[in-house]
Amino acid sequence: MRHIISLLLENEAGALSRVAGLFSARGYNIESLTVAPTEDATMSRMTVVTSGSDDVIEQITKQLNKLVDVVKVVDLSEGEHIERELMLVKVRASGKDREEMKRMADIFRGRVIDVTDKSYTIELTGTGQKLDAFLEALEEGVVLETVRTGASGIGRGERILRI
Amino acid sequence: MELSGAEITVRCLADEGVEHLFGYPGGAVLHIYDELFKQDRVQHILVRHEQAAVHAADGYARASQKPGVVLVTSGPGVTNAITGIATAYMDSVPMVIVTGQVPTHAIGQDAFQEVDTVGITRPCVKHNFLVKDVRDLATTIKKAFFIATTGRPGPVVVDIPKDITTARCEYEYPKSVSLRSYNPVLKGHSGQIRKALQLLLEAKRPMIYTGGGIVLGEAAAELAQLVRALGYPCTNTLMGLGGYPATDPQFLGMLGMHGTYEANMAMQHCDVLLAVGARFDDRVIGNPKHFATEERRIVHVDVDPSSISKRVKVDVPIVGDVREVLAEMNRQLAALPAKPDPGAIKAWWTQIELWKARDCLKYDREAKVIKPQAVVSKLYELTRDADTYVSSDVGQHQMWAAQFYKFDKPRRWLNSGGLGTMGVGLPYAMGALLAHPDCTSVCVTGEASIQMCIQELSTCKQYRLPVKIVNLNNRYMGMVRQWQEFFHGNRYAESYMDALPDFVKLAESYGHVGMRIENPGDVEGALREALALKDRLVFMDFITDQTENVFPMVPGGKGLSEMILV
Ligand SMILES: Cc1ncc(C[n+]2csc(CCOP(=O)(O)OP(=O)(O)O)c2C)c(N)n1
Repeated sequence: MRHIISLLLENEAGALSRVAGLFSARGYNIESLTVAPTEDATMSRMTVVTSGSDDVIEQITKQLNKLVDVVKVVDLSEGEHIERELMLVKVRASGKDREEMKRMADIFRGRVIDVTDKSYTIELTGTGQKLDAFLEALEEGVVLETVRTGASGIGRGERILRI
Repeated sequence: MELSGAEITVRCLADEGVEHLFGYPGGAVLHIYDELFKQDRVQHILVRHEQAAVHAADGYARASQKPGVVLVTSGPGVTNAITGIATAYMDSVPMVIVTGQVPTHAIGQDAFQEVDTVGITRPCVKHNFLVKDVRDLATTIKKAFFIATTGRPGPVVVDIPKDITTARCEYEYPKSVSLRSYNPVLKGHSGQIRKALQLLLEAKRPMIYTGGGIVLGEAAAELAQLVRALGYPCTNTLMGLGGYPATDPQFLGMLGMHGTYEANMAMQHCDVLLAVGARFDDRVIGNPKHFATEERRIVHVDVDPSSISKRVKVDVPIVGDVREVLAEMNRQLAALPAKPDPGAIKAWWTQIELWKARDCLKYDREAKVIKPQAVVSKLYELTRDADTYVSSDVGQHQMWAAQFYKFDKPRRWLNSGGLGTMGVGLPYAMGALLAHPDCTSVCVTGEASIQMCIQELSTCKQYRLPVKIVNLNNRYMGMVRQWQEFFHGNRYAESYMDALPDFVKLAESYGHVGMRIENPGDVEGALREALALKDRLVFMDFITDQTENVFPMVPGGKGLSEMILV
């Protein structure tokens, strides 16, 4: 099963490599991993998307908790949560396709953030599935380049992850 | 007053109460050595190889409950230390390893003797630090000791670049530190403890299985109280030996790959299992699928939550310091009206006695060649009443030591259980002697293992460490040969120890006493003579049966009850 795990960790050099090293050393999957400082500059927030049986996920959260730099760990998938991913896509947009491309971006609530006479760069946020759907909806061969951030997650409502 | 980073490092160690620092100098740590030279609070022990520095400090920690402390230089000093660090990590031994590093401005430049110490040690330490500012140095060292010695203990590395050792700042050693990201749970959940006791009291075929956690957690007294109050059988892992007195009638011996028949059978067939400070690893329960074929309910107490339900699903997990949890169990048990079911427990013991009668550790006592088991048994007889610490290396001799030496107290048995590192025996025995100068320190080893840190005979000479080396010399990497005999059609690929040195002369050349013992009739006399040489290191080279095997044996991948018996 796919799980989305959020962690708060000390904003220390090497903290990221401890988490990444743990996943590779113990053979856990990483689908995506994002990390950036929080409003408290001494701390980073990381979202890891992983998959595994319940036993494996239990071990992953325990092992993460065991890392000295990790302050808190939450398996967001245990409750209501929201996840978002950002994608930037550069697509071929020339001639009659230009209008069509703009329309597609609109349908998916994407924004064109850079333009040349042959291409658009579209910014799109949503769940990973939505981003996949957008790419699938495009005609073959129009995608020139994509970059995705991986998912960030947050609990719904009163669920708060902080110290 | 402002001090240099080097002075601060040494002052921190002294203020932390470190008595012995095991190390080896080199460029990156020369300023620190200079400061060591100028003081006498911390005694430096100069080993002959950095691996042995870590092993000796590790042995010191295992024998004493105090953290082992090491100082090595950058680059090769660190890489040589890695085996030692990984060994300590696998067995959760509290240690602080101070490593020199190239100057901060040179880091990342492939400077002379540079390695990424934090990166290279990361998977085999509890935590590590790179000090980038001299003002962080004292706090970092304090944190290292705090992390190493609390919760589930383990080695912590502090990497100090050379320029930090000359930079200056005010020195104050923090009395305590706290880390918001590190708060080991110590007190067990009392509701869970109640549930655990209920399960235990309802048991028809109970079993208590304990590991190194009892030793590390200083919980032997609490364990003994509980086991005796319940009247249940108890077994120890290789790491847990001494956690429960081996001569106690409720003790079934060690369990696991070379555990006793009765311990393994009781473990497999119990209906309620109490596991304390143990981790169900592959050398202990064999194949977890086979283990799961018998239904049983499991209570698991451990300070490390990630040890619980890792290999075996547990019914009642209790996270906490084993001593605190066992003490609470004893308190609650005393207050409970319920008692174990006498009929069921009696029947269970009858079954266990039948298993015991199998006499799984029997060997030929009339043999014309020296049987390794006989040497260990005799050693036990002659040292049981003294304050004795026994270390071993890895192989058959290790298993015979574990099976035939009856450890009644914790911390008396020093061996590498988790990593299985050949070469630890001699440095461990040195560490035990430094921790307890008046003890008898015996290293039971094999002719292959002892050669992995043989250079430490020199260290023993320098510091007058009268280790008694019992070399069970079968001219083979015996444990490898045994596997080749059982599982590889007697093809003894590269396991014959050709071109062995004359160990007697070797010992003598280092200034020690050497003995070669070839006849069964001479075993006792030699041991007595060696033990009587209180202040000398004696190397006893016992020429033992080449073909002897360790029994029982649970072959790799098999279940606990699928033992090969003699
Ligand atoms: C550093 C290291 N290398 C290899 C091994 C694999 N190994 C396990 S036991 C053993 C043989 C040990 O031989 P010896 O020390 O003579 O002891 P014996 O088994 O004969 O008692 C070997 C090579 C190991 N445990 N550690």
